Amino acid sequence: MTPFTYHKPASVADALALLADRPGAMLLGGGTNLVDLMRKGVETPDHLVDVQDLPLGEISETDDGGLRIGALVSNTALAAHDRVRRDYRMLSEATLAGASQQLRNRATTGGNLLQRTRCYYFTEPGYPCNKREPGSGCPAKDGFNRIHAILGESDACIATHPSDMCVAMSALDAVVEITGPGGDRTVPFPDFHLLPGDTPNVETVLEPDEIITAVTLPPPSDLSRQSVYVKVRDRQSYAFALVSVAAGLALGADGQVEDVRLALGGVAHKPWRAFDAESLLRGGPASDDAFRQAGQAIVADATGYGHNDFKIPLAPRTVAVALGKALARAQRASGDAR
Amino acid sequence: MSPPSTVSVTITVNGEAQRLDLDPRASLLDTLRLGLDLNGTKKGCNQGACGACTVLLDGERVNACLVLAVTCDGQKVTTVEGIGMPDNLHPLQDAFVEHDGFQCGYCTPGQIVSGVALLAEAASGQPSVVDVDLSPDSAAQLSDEEISERMSGNICRCGAYPGIRAALRQAAQTIQPARA
Repeated sequence: MTPFTYHKPASVADALALLADRPGAMLLGGGTNLVDLMRKGVETPDHLVDVQDLPLGEISETDDGGLRIGALVSNTALAAHDRVRRDYRMLSEATLAGASQQLRNRATTGGNLLQRTRCYYFTEPGYPCNKREPGSGCPAKDGFNRIHAILGESDACIATHPSDMCVAMSALDAVVEITGPGGDRTVPFPDFHLLPGDTPNVETVLEPDEIITAVTLPPPSDLSRQSVYVKVRDRQSYAFALVSVAAGLALGADGQVEDVRLALGGVAHKPWRAFDAESLLRGGPASDDAFRQAGQAIVADATGYGHNDFKIPLAPRTVAVALGKALARAQRASGDAR
Repeated sequence: MSPPSTVSVTITVNGEAQRLDLDPRASLLDTLRLGLDLNGTKKGCNQGACGACTVLLDGERVNACLVLAVTCDGQKVTTVEGIGMPDNLHPLQDAFVEHDGFQCGYCTPGQIVSGVALLAEAASGQPSVVDVDLSPDSAAQLSDEEISERMSGNICRCGAYPGIRAALRQAAQTIQPARA
């Protein structure tokens, strides 16, 4: 690990000042990803700004009945929160499907948004990587790419975003709260992460001198209460998603799909919100056929790179399974209501 | 290159306050093993994948390899030495012996610390992905599927999982967990 200076500010203002005064500084949250990348030589910050003392560790209700999740809320606290479990079920399920208890205890909400890909070539500095060293190349396209992207990838990068939590946040239309030298701003969750394009080293819209302060969830609905997260992986627990789906359905009085949210993990450089498939489903039948067609539409333009070809049929099947579970929950809920 | 400047912190380890001058790069794992001679905590993968280095930090289980010790100023750490020693084994350690919860034993300290935390988490109603609707009152209510899920952060390359589950089931019936 290369040497760095260590700072532990007690206020967001002090943290922002440290970032402004020290180019090359990085924020340290739970450290579950950054410490590992520093040890591997992937990250070599000159200065570490430990954010654990910042007052961003609370979950609070917003005026409109939504939830504001502070950037330092641990994955454990988020997933166990009564209202998250009851009102935004897919988020609790997705967060608990990620990592291990040890890691969830440390991992923060803000850090989860900023975690890096587990692409084998990115995490091993002996290889070229356009994300780590822009212009050096992407060995993954012709290499081992079982865990890599099938949607939205570029010539420069086929890495995937590894988060489960973020897939649910995207489906739930969460909003990222950011503060920086220019003041506060908010970014809709689906716009926070970027596709790789020609600059896979730029992964989010967060500027180096900015800090995520919170993620807010809109008021809950039947859809969010009955939502589901389905994760397919190489082992049953403690593994990254090969394909995952966050889904929520609301049924009209006629049993048709009144509203739907759909996002996929493990398939792209960012949580893949399937807006087009949502449009296909909305107003149509809540049937297995419709679910499969929506899934097929998502992968219509997908590209496989060899080892990850299996994701192209796996993704629509997982979409159908997730929507089927969301439908069962929606039907159970409406049955309970009668 | 000039030697890295150290940072002074105080960490309470197994009930004893330790004043340490740390290279900020030092992991909690290396600090425990090399700085404090507490070798019960094991270094397996050193990248947060195996759980051999599991310790309690302010009562919560964490991978000590991924924690920079300098960040632990004012916090409390419990290692396996603080849970039970050969002349005074924790009931979960007794259960591991009784049920062959290990072969080579290298992952065992992490398994024990993780298991002790699991008992407390279950008693406090923490859900798992098996069913987020269910809040357990105690670990005694957990199915084998739940125990496997909640222990998935601890890998055993000898494959002693059936014994580990049996030991946890027994401990869950007999131990009243206390938050560390």
